[in-house]
Amino acid sequence: MHANPLHTEILFHLGPVPIAEAVVTTWVIMALLVAVSWLGLRKAAIDPGPLQTALEVVIETISSQVADIMGKGSVQFVPLIGTLFLFLVCANLSAVFPGVRAPTAHIETPAALAAIVFLSVHYYGVRLRGWAAYVAHYTRPTPILLPLNILSEITRTFSMMIRLFGNMMSHEFVLAIVAFLAGLIVPIPFLALGILVGLIQAYIFTVLAAVYIGAAAGNTAFE
Amino acid sequence: MDIHIVSILGAAVAVCFGAIGPALAEGRAIAAAMEAIARQPESAGTISRTLFVGLAMIETMAIYCLVVALLLLYANPFAAA
Repeated sequence: MHANPLHTEILFHLGPVPIAEAVVTTWVIMALLVAVSWLGLRKAAIDPGPLQTALEVVIETISSQVADIMGKGSVQFVPLIGTLFLFLVCANLSAVFPGVRAPTAHIETPAALAAIVFLSVHYYGVRLRGWAAYVAHYTRPTPILLPLNILSEITRTFSMMIRLFGNMMSHEFVLAIVAFLAGLIVPIPFLALGILVGLIQAYIFTVLAAVYIGAAAGNTAFE
Repeated sequence: MDIHIVSILGAAVAVCFGAIGPALAEGRAIAAAMEAIARQPESAGTISRTLFVGLAMIETMAIYCLVVALLLLYANPFAAA
């Protein structure tokens, strides 16, 4: 029990750049997602095969969820939100394979994802509302709240990062402790719980990203 | 007191007291959800989905305390490693 949960495992160096375990897992997940999409949609047909049908079901479910959260004009956000969700599901569930550690259990991956959401909020806010209107929305309801609005912008990004990292990492940590205390069979319910936690955290991260971007874009009830 | 002992005590206190609030809150949330499901079993799906998301949100508070505790134990900026 001397494993430091904040330590990053460096697998090898690519020139001067150290490549961590999480980076390799992330790239494998990205390659798998691209490969499955490419295989399924290579010969997209009106009368689809099994894989294309499955992909269509996934995309339609995500689109309808995004539409529920973000309201009108949500179609343009589906690629970003959908990719975020699919990547998070794969990343959180990758820990079920023996020897693989979820990349989201290291703080860098959640930090990068939260940064993507943080930047998209401003990008879509400025693009859909214009500079003046977007900056002005920080001074509502009154200009006195300007510092608080800016602070909340930063803290919510930070809390998104810590939420995902903390949940995935603490689950790993609990598993390590249970496996350390009691042999083989006892950790199995915790492993099952881990699948649930991974799915729920992926869902929460995605929903929060959708809510934040939707609020910045100004076309939802979450103003 | 030694900085290491203070850090360990701080970590233990953070997790102990940080778990109280979320535990009470989760109990209340589950009780409310049970009552709602008993009253309207047909909307059990929506209720339990919302419940899970809510529980994860509440649990985050305890996770924050855990992160602080782990920072104190493993990445303490005040204790020279």
